[in-house]
This record gives sequence, C-alpha cells and structure tokens, in this order.
Amino acid sequence: MTAIDIGVPRGVPRKRHAPTARRHRRERIFKVVGLLATLVGLVALGALLFDLAYSGLPRLSWDFFLNFPSRRANIAGILSAWVGSLLVILVTGAIGIPLGVAAGIYLEEYARKNLLTNIIEINVSNLAGVPSIIYGLLALGLFVYGFGTGRSIFTAGLTLALLILPIIIVATREAIRAVPDSLREAALGLGATKWQVTRDHVLPAAMPGVLTGVIIGVSRALGETAPLITIGALTFIAFLPTPPITSEPPFISFQWLWDGFTVLPIQAFNWVSRPGDDFHANAAAAGLVLVLLTLGLNGIAIYLRYRLRKKLQW
Amino acid sequence: MDAQVKFSLRDAPHEMIERAVKVRAENVNVFYGAKQALKDVNVGIPERGVMAFIGPSGCGKTTFLRCINRMNDTIAIAKVTGRIVIDGENINDRKVDVVELRSRIGMVFQKPNPFPKSIFENVAYGPRIHGLATSKSALEEIVVSSLKRAGLFDEVKERLHDAGTGLSGGQQQRLCIARAIAVEPEIILMDEPCSALDPIATARIEELMEELAKIYTIVIVTHSMQQAARVSQRTAFFHLGNLVEDGPTDVIFNNPKDKRTQDYITGRFG
Repeated sequence: MTAIDIGVPRGVPRKRHAPTARRHRRERIFKVVGLLATLVGLVALGALLFDLAYSGLPRLSWDFFLNFPSRRANIAGILSAWVGSLLVILVTGAIGIPLGVAAGIYLEEYARKNLLTNIIEINVSNLAGVPSIIYGLLALGLFVYGFGTGRSIFTAGLTLALLILPIIIVATREAIRAVPDSLREAALGLGATKWQVTRDHVLPAAMPGVLTGVIIGVSRALGETAPLITIGALTFIAFLPTPPITSEPPFISFQWLWDGFTVLPIQAFNWVSRPGDDFHANAAAAGLVLVLLTLGLNGIAIYLRYRLRKKLQW
Repeated sequence: MDAQVKFSLRDAPHEMIERAVKVRAENVNVFYGAKQALKDVNVGIPERGVMAFIGPSGCGKTTFLRCINRMNDTIAIAKVTGRIVIDGENINDRKVDVVELRSRIGMVFQKPNPFPKSIFENVAYGPRIHGLATSKSALEEIVVSSLKRAGLFDEVKERLHDAGTGLSGGQQQRLCIARAIAVEPEIILMDEPCSALDPIATARIEELMEELAKIYTIVIVTHSMQQAARVSQRTAFFHLGNLVEDGPTDVIFNNPKDKRTQDYITGRFG
C-alpha cells in the first residue's frame, strides 16, 4: 500500500481505480488455469512413461540388447533395431544438420529479401508440417526407384534428413534473427567480411538456438516409422550391417550404408501387432529403450548448448 | 586540388590553417525506400581533429555518418547517390572494396556493443582478421597498446580474459574505441558515443577524443551541443535532411549565418 501512495499529497483523496479485488481474483484464476494446463501435459507424459516402464522394465537385460528378434518372445532382442536406429540417425544428422544450418544461414544472412525468398520461407515452414508418409512416398519414388539407392540405411537416412531439414532451417533462421544487429555492425565496422561476421559472431551467438532445432529434428527422426516402412525397411532382421571397420586396408568400409535395416519404432510396432502379452512386453521394452535413446541424445545436445551459452559472455 | 582547401579551426580563428580534406561529400542523397533522408549534402571534413554533426532527431546526421564507411549498405532499402571522396577516391564507386574501406574507418556506436567475448578477444579480433600481427606476442602488444591509448588498460589489466560485457557502460565504450583503433584506422566515426553514459564516463571519452584527434580524423554525431562545443573544431548543422551550414565550431555557435542554425543553437527547437 505504501508504495502506491508515494507522490500523492497528503490529505488529497486518491482516485480509486477499478476494484482491485476483482483484478486480484482474475490473477489467481489464471494461476490455477495455467497450473492445470501444465499438469495435464505432465501427468499424461508421466503416466505414459510409467506404463511403459512397468510393462517393459522386466524385459530389459543385456540379452535383450544383444539378441536378434526371434519367434520366441522370451529370447527376442533389439540388437538389429538399435544398431539400425543409430546408423540411420548418423546418416540423417550427417546430411540434414549441415544442409539445414547452411540453408538457414543463407536465407537469413545472405539472400535478398524479396518475393521469391518470402515464398521460399512460407514453403519451408509448410514443409515442416507435411505428414511424414509423404516423405516416404517421395523417397520410394525418387531414391529407391529413381536413384536406385535401394531399401538401405542410406536411403532411410536421406529420407529422414529431408524430413528434419525444414525443422532445422526454421530453427536456424529464428536463432540467427535473434542475434542483435549491433553485433553484426560492430564486426562489419572493423572491416570483417560477411562470412567472417557470420562465422565468428552470428553463428556462435545463434548456436544454442540452432542446437535446439537440431534436438527437435533428431528426436523426431528417431521416432519416425511411416516413411521408413514406405521405403521398405525390414521388420524382421536377424543380421547386423557390414561392420564399418575392416581388418584389411583401408580399414574403413561404408558398405553398411547399402545394407537393409530396421529401427526401434518399427521393431516395437512389429511386436505390438503380434498376439500375446509376451511380445507386448517386448514392445514396451523397445519403446522404453527408444525413449531413453532420445533422452540420451537430447541430454548430449542440451549439455552442448549449456557449454556454448557459458562460452558466450553476454 | 583537395590539399589546397583551407579550413579555419577554432583553435586559431584568425588564421587559416592548411589542412587537407580527408573526406569530401559531393551531392550526397540518401533514400530509405521512397523517403529521402539526406538531400544534396556537400561538405568537407578536414584531416585530423574533430568534426561534429549536430541537429535535431531525424535530421540525417547519423545517416550521413554511416555513408562514410558505407554502413548503409547493410540496410536493404537504403540507396545512396552522389560522391564521397576519401583521399581522392570515390568510395561509392562500384570498384571500391567495402571491407578494405571499413578497415581504414573505425566506428563507435551509440550503444556500446562489445563482442560477447573476453576483453582481449574484443580488441584482438580486428588485428586478427586483417593479419596485422604475425605472432602471438605481437598481437598481445597491439591489444595492450590499444587499450592504453583508449585509457582503459589500467582498469582491466588484471582481467583481460574476463568478459568485455562485464565492464561498466563507460568502460565498454572505451573498449569499443580500443577495438576500433587496434586496426589502425585513419578515420574514426562516432555515433553519439556518450548518449548512454553518465557525465564522468562522458568526460573520459571526451578527453580521449582530444588525445586521439592528434592522429586520427574524428567525426562525431552528437545530440549535445555542449559536447560539440567542447570537443570539436568544426561543426556541421543538419536539419530535415539538409546540411544547413558548416564551419568552425565557434562561428557556428556564436555567429551562425542561417536562422535555423541560430534557432537550434539558442534552443528554440530541437
């Protein structure tokens, strides 16, 4: 009360504003509504995770990770699935992240702002909302049949890279747009070239935002099933891709890029569609591993983001 | 021809001191889209010393300042016509390398804008991209001497590797000046460098300008007429995109030719 009265001469009746009681009530109501909205999401997610852990956790063992799928539920494992998921994501990241970040930088820092770039911008945002099955159909026609890349890890990585490209482009652009112009002008004023300004100042400042986009994109790619089924991922696979390291020179092999594969969500889907609780428990366990894998990758990215933020000395 | 132009300076009002023209603007117009921000500006800026641009908000003084290092290039809708001749070369010519031009013209901005890096890295960045130092020790020497010339070294010598953004506003602005002089420019453009600073920090920057003006050509845009009177030898008054008049600072302040200048100086508008 005292803080409000400062500046009002003593003895002068103060004009009353709208009833404060009502305004305070609205304040409280919004707090409750906001809390409820937050809780709905959290509780749903918690219940989901709990259910997954409850049915899947008993199945988790070393054998589960090291066994191939089998017709017998109790010895079936996810070896081919998690190896497949990791390899596909590796290809996806290697293609999608540099392409997406480079496109985002170009569109934001270099491209002239005109009708064409506006159209591109709207379309890139729209692409982020295109159903993933469409990407699968495109990949089947273009990569599998057109370029003859086969039903391989490479095709899968390429498809998912296309899928996450718009997400990464949009996030990169937004992160770059948030970098204050005063920073660019400071560097330009010193006689830095546009590339030096971008590389030395804009990108480091935008990196945390870019990484957020990468996290969202990669997480999305990890969970995708539809486009991979479309391009012909295997659902039952009892062998591993060719090892990337060989005993003979040149000791490195990229043969695995052309191998068939399955991924964790497909494996889980396959098990869930079988009759019998045993396989359903397997599906829950595979789902749990997928969630943990996603959380793990996100954890790495969040840690990197934290380190980068600390290095920036705003 | 440029070298023959004489400027009368405030320090010696009764004699003409021969000073070469460092920057000459000829019929400079600037458009932001359809709006004309500068109209046919013609002015000469003498080598070394301080020249001040004054005028009410939106009069085009900052726009003109940004023409001198082609900073308006970064604004997509800005269009600059006319000639700006620095050392005999028209910098609006298409052949001019803007990056090289800006390495000869330092700029200090209204809001201190150090890089989000250490104090050392802030000053070292310019010399590094221009390859001014061949060794680590040479680079350190440039950083230290630049900080010394900006009058900041004693305050920061214990914490060169701390964040530049952790300094006070006045220190940050001196850091920006150190960063600018580290690349050995010939001209330093200052866009209201003290508007975000308190009077003590302002006084320090003004002292520094006086010192730097012995070597560099300094052009300062300022809202404060007192500041223009204190630091500059020549002043140009801008109004609604026109350069109304320019001359020795004491003439502009005590004996202006144009009524608009007089009204502004005496505080009738602005």
